[in-house]
Amino acid sequence: VNNVWTAIVLAGVGTYAMRASFLAFAHRLTTLAPWLQRVLRQIPPAALASLVVPALLRPAGHLDVTQARLFAGLVAALIAWRTRSTLITLVVGMGALLALRAL
Amino acid sequence: MLIGIVPFGLVVGATSVADHFGTGAAIGLSTIVFAGASQLAVLQALASGGSAVVAAVAAWTINLRILLYSASLAPELTHETTRRRLFAAYFLTDQAYAVCITRWKVEHGERAGRLSYYMGAAVTLWVVWQMATIAGALLGSAVPADVPLDFAVPLVFLVLLVPTLVSKPAIVAAAAGGGAAVAAAELGAGALSIVAGAAVGILAGALAEARWS
Repeated sequence: VNNVWTAIVLAGVGTYAMRASFLAFAHRLTTLAPWLQRVLRQIPPAALASLVVPALLRPAGHLDVTQARLFAGLVAALIAWRTRSTLITLVVGMGALLALRAL
Repeated sequence: MLIGIVPFGLVVGATSVADHFGTGAAIGLSTIVFAGASQLAVLQALASGGSAVVAAVAAWTINLRILLYSASLAPELTHETTRRRLFAAYFLTDQAYAVCITRWKVEHGERAGRLSYYMGAAVTLWVVWQMATIAGALLGSAVPADVPLDFAVPLVFLVLLVPTLVSKPAIVAAAAGGGAAVAAAELGAGALSIVAGAAVGILAGALAEARWS
């Protein structure tokens, strides 16, 4: 039990430090260098893709391009692009996965 | 956005109970860590016999992207006091970041309203997240095993990802990031593969933008 709470506190303190890092010193920022702005613009697509793509391409811990999660994910990506709706994307994505599994 | 985090929160709560860490750990993770993917990483590391330090490092690795969100938001909040920024920092998540970075520039041309807009979104997310994880911990065992609740996690990230793909450099960043994350994972990088993928994607996107601009 202590192990669990040690992990939770360590994870939480480190995560807060990352959240606060740049926000804590924002008053010292004037204008960011153009190269730094260019780097910052790439963070959302790069970080989010590195969370999404492995989850769709290797859901069982190894590369597999013929499984239901990849196809359901591609359907969900199309829905996300057309609707921008989290709810519709979740319903269609989950539904597609269940349907593909039932085939 | 709020509806999207509910199934995610249910999964995190249910996983804590399924792994025998209980409702208390689920609530502790959601309030102290408050970052969904890393909460799952902590549980996964501990359940597979990892030490507290290994579990924390897995969580930090996954959350490194929040450091980058902090860097991205800070220039927009230079007019706020340090105390308010440090309070706001606790609530920083993928969703709060994504909402603010896309809507601030459109709806808050003047900086004054930005922190209020952020806090409105971020605190609402926090409340919904706590309720969802508690509900998941209490109800998780009642969900039929064949409902793939965990698939909600990549779907939520997908909904956040798609609107960021608005330029050629962004598409390069996402393709390189996703590809590198898969490659790193195949090579056995584990939780580090997310950070490796993000780093490669950022570099590729920045180089692409420099070339095309």
